[in-house]
Amino acid sequence: MASVSLTVNGEAVSAEVEDRTLLVQLLRDHLRLTGTHVGCDTSQCGACVVHMDGRSVKSCTVLAAQASGADVTTIEGIADGDTLHPMQQAFMDNHGLQCGFCTPGMVMSAIDLLKRHPGADEATIRRELEGNLCRCTGYHNIVKAIRQVATAG
Amino acid sequence: MTAETGIGAAVKRKEDGRFLTGRGRYTDDINQPGQVHAFFLRSPHAHATINSIDVNAAKSAAGVRAVYTGTDVTAEDVGTLICGWNVVGKNGEGHLAPPHPVIASGKARYVGDPVAVVVADTLAQAKDAAELIDVDYGVLPASADLATTLDAGAAQIHDEVPGNMSYDWDLGDKAAVDAAFAGAAHVTKLEIVNNRLAPNAIEPRAAVGAHDPGTDQHTLYLASQNPHVTRLVLSAFHGLAPEHKLRVVAPDVGGGFGSKIFIYNEDVFLTWASAKVGRPIKWTAERSESFMTDAHGRDHVTTAELALDGDGNFLAMRVDTIANMGAYLSTFSTAVPTYLYGTLLAGQYKTPVIHVNVRAAFTNTVPVDAYRGAGRPEATFVVERLVEQAARETGVDPAELRRRNFIQPDEFPYQTPVALQYDSGNYEATMDKALGLADYAGFAARKAEAAGRGKRRGIGFSNYIEACGLAPSQVVGSLGAGVGQWESAQVRFNPTGNVLVFTGSHSHGQGHETTFAQIVSDKLGIPLENVEVVHGDTASVPFGMGTYGSRSLAVGGSAIVKACDKIVEKGRKIAAHIMEASVEDIEYDGGTFAVAGTDKSITTAEIAFAAYVPHNYPLDELEPGLDENAFYDPANFTYPAGCQICEVEIDPDTGVVEIAKFTAVDDFGNVVNPMIVEGQVHGGITQGIGQALHEGVVYDGSGQLITGSFMDYQMPRAGDLPSYDVDTTVTPCPHNPLGVKGCGEAGAIAAPAAVMNAVTDALGIDNMQMPATAEKVWRAANAG
Repeated sequence: MASVSLTVNGEAVSAEVEDRTLLVQLLRDHLRLTGTHVGCDTSQCGACVVHMDGRSVKSCTVLAAQASGADVTTIEGIADGDTLHPMQQAFMDNHGLQCGFCTPGMVMSAIDLLKRHPGADEATIRRELEGNLCRCTGYHNIVKAIRQVATAG
Repeated sequence: MTAETGIGAAVKRKEDGRFLTGRGRYTDDINQPGQVHAFFLRSPHAHATINSIDVNAAKSAAGVRAVYTGTDVTAEDVGTLICGWNVVGKNGEGHLAPPHPVIASGKARYVGDPVAVVVADTLAQAKDAAELIDVDYGVLPASADLATTLDAGAAQIHDEVPGNMSYDWDLGDKAAVDAAFAGAAHVTKLEIVNNRLAPNAIEPRAAVGAHDPGTDQHTLYLASQNPHVTRLVLSAFHGLAPEHKLRVVAPDVGGGFGSKIFIYNEDVFLTWASAKVGRPIKWTAERSESFMTDAHGRDHVTTAELALDGDGNFLAMRVDTIANMGAYLSTFSTAVPTYLYGTLLAGQYKTPVIHVNVRAAFTNTVPVDAYRGAGRPEATFVVERLVEQAARETGVDPAELRRRNFIQPDEFPYQTPVALQYDSGNYEATMDKALGLADYAGFAARKAEAAGRGKRRGIGFSNYIEACGLAPSQVVGSLGAGVGQWESAQVRFNPTGNVLVFTGSHSHGQGHETTFAQIVSDKLGIPLENVEVVHGDTASVPFGMGTYGSRSLAVGGSAIVKACDKIVEKGRKIAAHIMEASVEDIEYDGGTFAVAGTDKSITTAEIAFAAYVPHNYPLDELEPGLDENAFYDPANFTYPAGCQICEVEIDPDTGVVEIAKFTAVDDFGNVVNPMIVEGQVHGGITQGIGQALHEGVVYDGSGQLITGSFMDYQMPRAGDLPSYDVDTTVTPCPHNPLGVKGCGEAGAIAAPAAVMNAVTDALGIDNMQMPATAEKVWRAANAG
């Protein structure tokens, strides 16, 4: 068993978990933060993307023990009270989601994407979304949403 | 109020708030007190006898509560999985449907066929224990190749099905077709493989079964597109519980595309075993399990021919198809390559005679069933590849050849030679709009410019039609369906004037919570925020048929309109009483009941209050309350149609196909929420492009699944695609109250032919089988 202590969405949390526990399992099963999803078993789909120490990571590919001491932000932690994060708002404005299952990972990736590529153009956005699969939207409106934030200044 | 939120408004979605903040509630997010976990041990062989299974070590492993084999489950009389659509073949007999056990016993017939299940306190314990199960397999030769599975000498999959053929079915006048071909000036012929696809909703299938011994109530939380149908089958065919003691809840569902219609092994097992074990049991598919066990789509091998006269008029079409059923018949599998395929082969054209023959074949692969479009993409691909190829062979512009053969707007209703009667459409106007949007006139210049850069540019059309809004119950009943295909709705006012709308449709991305609320807001004059749409729970929603076949708005939406009409009808009587006028003098408009010729009026919210607090109310004539339900059975299918145009640019050095431009103009009839409709088109097109360029399930000769993960099966990604140009034309559906036709499948139906017509045009070749991978395209570009 491993003892893990970390900050999740600004709150200090700690847990005793099996060594093999993944960060996504810690979030979903132990902390009941079920906004972070699991859509595959090969680290391809990106439904599980969260921010760890300011960088986007696939939480299915990080051991909970590796995250000990880290500052983790999930989809539940980016809105300011009832005010959506600008990326969440842009996805709503542009119909950038349908079934909603890939959405948390997509939004977390998109925020990190613009941090690394401020003002990203369409080609850059499409390339940078390589690690996030969506089966519903055809990406058209996701790209449009991210462009809205990229061009908002 | 309703102008901004009513029918026709691009309202932002009500459901988005919870999805964007991580507050959606999908099946895997649901945990029950005392819950344990199931792990399914699956056959690693495509075809093998199960000589023995030793589960003793697994049973005594840490945390294990139970281990079940096929023998255990069969002994408990849980029935076998059913196929709910009986297709009668040319021999006058129904299809052959061999037993489909919940857990395989005696023999495993595809890689992924479950052979044992471990139930343990944690998933890790269940998996660890499954490692201890010793299965003695006798590996048999497999028949995994569709093209040869009907041949003499192919491995025989079921004792009950000699020759591996479930049915041999045909439709149309064969003699007339053969005669027309004999006299044709030109015949175009193509060999077509419609590639097998994995549906891959991003949410894997998942279920939680639970049983309350106090009430003997079973509950199954399930990622499902049609919870009532699941309940009906689990009750009536598996005998797990009577319907009134079984509740199926399909909460937020992360995409379906057909794959979550069907009743699967796991659904039956979890419902049964949760009572047996006395604990709620959860199972969530891993993606590799999804690839192995979700019903796949498409998978046809076809020879198709089109006969033309000297003026380019279509004379006849002849189609011979082998359709893959996989190892067993899935729930609606048999209908897909027959009534959803053969009946669509007229396309948008006046082809006078058509004959189609379909042989449905078993293989040692996972079952094949409906996947977005279901039969109609396969039909459209046959028709539109043939038409495009005929245009090239006869030297006629492909748009012109289509124009020459279109059914004309004044010819509706139009009886095709393959059973369907089209109700409305204007194919030429739709194509003309698409030609403009795609700048077809400028294509030659773009092709020349691309050639200057060493690139090969091609353009392709797909003028598709689909039969949606499934379906008139008596028609599908006469064709072998085991269920009716109406839809239900209930519109319930609360005393304070807000409204609950219960629908038998199910939303798993389609945005019903918004679209259906818009209808009610529009019809009853209630602010959108005061309308809540409820779906997916058999305990609260009236029996419904669920969502597939682009049916929710056309059938489910129509049921809601009917329920609203009943509310208004009752409202008139209440209003007449309160305002002391005669019912005939009450005029209703947008939520207000007025007495004609006076300034007296009353709102629906006030009517609702009066109905629930009936102090001044015609109790001698009317029941109190304002709560109406309706069932709607459509008079016909709906017939969305459109023109999609794809322009590709190929790099002959790499073989990479770039979608340079994709244009879609669709006639969906009236549109309730254009934003949502566009989104549906985008998604459908992407799945169609995926089929054409990227996706394809591959089994090797021994039946091993080669494309078993997202690392092997190429899903379309953002970087593979452009943004699309999407527009609509409108010819309202004449037979449903909204005038709507359905939009969910259009892109998946149309896009593959558009892309492949463009790819073959760019390469200057007659044919290429999907997916047009870079390797295939490079070889074609560099041949000779």
